[in-house]
Amino acid sequence: MNTAELTKVCRQVRRDIINMTANAGSGHPGGSLSAVELMTGTFFTQMRVDPKNPKNPDRDRFVLSKGHAAPCYYAVLAEMGFIDRSEFKNFRQLHSILQGHPDAKKVPGVDASTGSLGQGCSIAVGMALGAKHLKKDTKVYVLVGDGECQEGQIWESFMAAANFKLDNLTVMIDNNGLQIDGTNDEVMSLGDLCAKMKAFGFEVIELSDGNDAAAVMAALNAKTPAGKPKCILAHTVKGKGVSFMENQVGWHGKAPNEEQRQQALKELED
Amino acid sequence: MSDKMATREAYGKALVELGADNDKVVVLDADLAGATMTKHFKAAYPDRFFDCGIAEADMMNIGAGLSTMGLIPYCSTFAMFGAGRAYEQIRNSIAYPKFNVKICCSHAGVSVGEDGGSHQAIEDIGLMRMIPGMTVIVPADAKEARKATLALAEFQGPVYMRLARLATPIFEEDYPFEIGKANVLREGKDAAVFACGLMVTEALEAAKLLAAEGIEISVINMHTIKPIDEACVTDYARKCGNVVTVEEHSIIGGLGDAVASGLMGKVNCKFLKIGVNDQFGQSGKAPEVLREYGLTADQIAAKIKETL
Repeated sequence: MNTAELTKVCRQVRRDIINMTANAGSGHPGGSLSAVELMTGTFFTQMRVDPKNPKNPDRDRFVLSKGHAAPCYYAVLAEMGFIDRSEFKNFRQLHSILQGHPDAKKVPGVDASTGSLGQGCSIAVGMALGAKHLKKDTKVYVLVGDGECQEGQIWESFMAAANFKLDNLTVMIDNNGLQIDGTNDEVMSLGDLCAKMKAFGFEVIELSDGNDAAAVMAALNAKTPAGKPKCILAHTVKGKGVSFMENQVGWHGKAPNEEQRQQALKELED
Repeated sequence: MSDKMATREAYGKALVELGADNDKVVVLDADLAGATMTKHFKAAYPDRFFDCGIAEADMMNIGAGLSTMGLIPYCSTFAMFGAGRAYEQIRNSIAYPKFNVKICCSHAGVSVGEDGGSHQAIEDIGLMRMIPGMTVIVPADAKEARKATLALAEFQGPVYMRLARLATPIFEEDYPFEIGKANVLREGKDAAVFACGLMVTEALEAAKLLAAEGIEISVINMHTIKPIDEACVTDYARKCGNVVTVEEHSIIGGLGDAVASGLMGKVNCKFLKIGVNDQFGQSGKAPEVLREYGLTADQIAAKIKETL
């Protein structure tokens, strides 16, 4: 897939995020929009998965540790063919497979139930460790939020990733700088994330624009040294692609109304 | 009853046995292999043993991840740090997706002894049985701990198994172990005494003391707290009319409540819960601590006698 094609898919994913959250009247558009290139890029250019056989034991794995970006995940899974787009209208509704946060029991293509922050990367470490143990060449990708890095368990998992020399693991940090109560720095500063990831034993690729599809693809494709887990520290824009949502704390967990939906969709036209 | 062995020791040895037959079994610990007895497995199968360091939350979720790769992880630490500290990891990342992870926690109950109240989990059964779909097992002796450890590998789904630090008598008789099926160890018409873990031995001793006074009690080993054997519970409650539960756990949320739930609205009977009465444990030698909390055979016999 080339950059233009990927960018096109990303625009569709963004429209789906807007429609899903607007239909549901709730959900998390801001952190879904910031993660679009990372998630879409991972699924469309890296993951060896078969939507017709979602449980293939030799598949690569993806864990959305920041589970509130579920609308982005569902949109990508639909683009890949794991789920039908007709499910979107049921997002966050009773009896839907598309729960507010991903439920592995219900959604084909979802390998871990997430949403309670801080836990997904440990699950990914277990997957990568299991793959190594079973001598499989499975690659494991996990998408972590920056605010989520305030959870202590995240650092336990980072420590374990280096300890077990998981070079089959890629940790992507969606560093949009905002969380519910304000900026990361206002709430609880993460300090120098890049230095911290390096100190924790990761081979770090820092992206100044984590919403640049070409840059994300290059980072995902980049070869890293054997024996070290890889980290893509991506500086992204919360609410990316929708002018009135970009860099606005208020759009973390609020759905657009009808007027806002129409404006957003207009901005996201091909 | 002659030889003594702690259920944690039997667990550690059974893991080695299991490891020989089933290469999908992997064992995780959080720097307590020497105490949970997973050290035996570590020595036998170092390539299938993963020490996660003093990071129980991480260990539980690494177990979750390993299970998605088709492996059967046994995650061990102390009950306080497993069921306690990592409660939410177990709830959301293991039980919610129904992952096949075996959570086997030692040093449960006040019989931990010297380490004191901070290390004596008396809420773990309650915490674990509240989680939808979680199976909860408390072996009564070393033989049962071995059988349960082997059975867990054949069972699909998340399980919590509670193990003890203290070496206790091994039953001479060889009872069958089937998840969810209670074992009646002694028949008596005056009271049905449902016990689990180390309290099964104490209840059997209490039965002997009461028999000397002409009181005959049934003693039932409730090795599975969830799913509770409702048929057995209602049957013996009807037969005896007096129901007593004995557990080395808080009387809130544990075996007593599980048995009561099974009986509620079905059987009219007297009901007494014996356990730790809404208080924390404390340091002391294990037998002293058990006595302090009223959990020895003679104390149990006296309470049963009172209630009749």
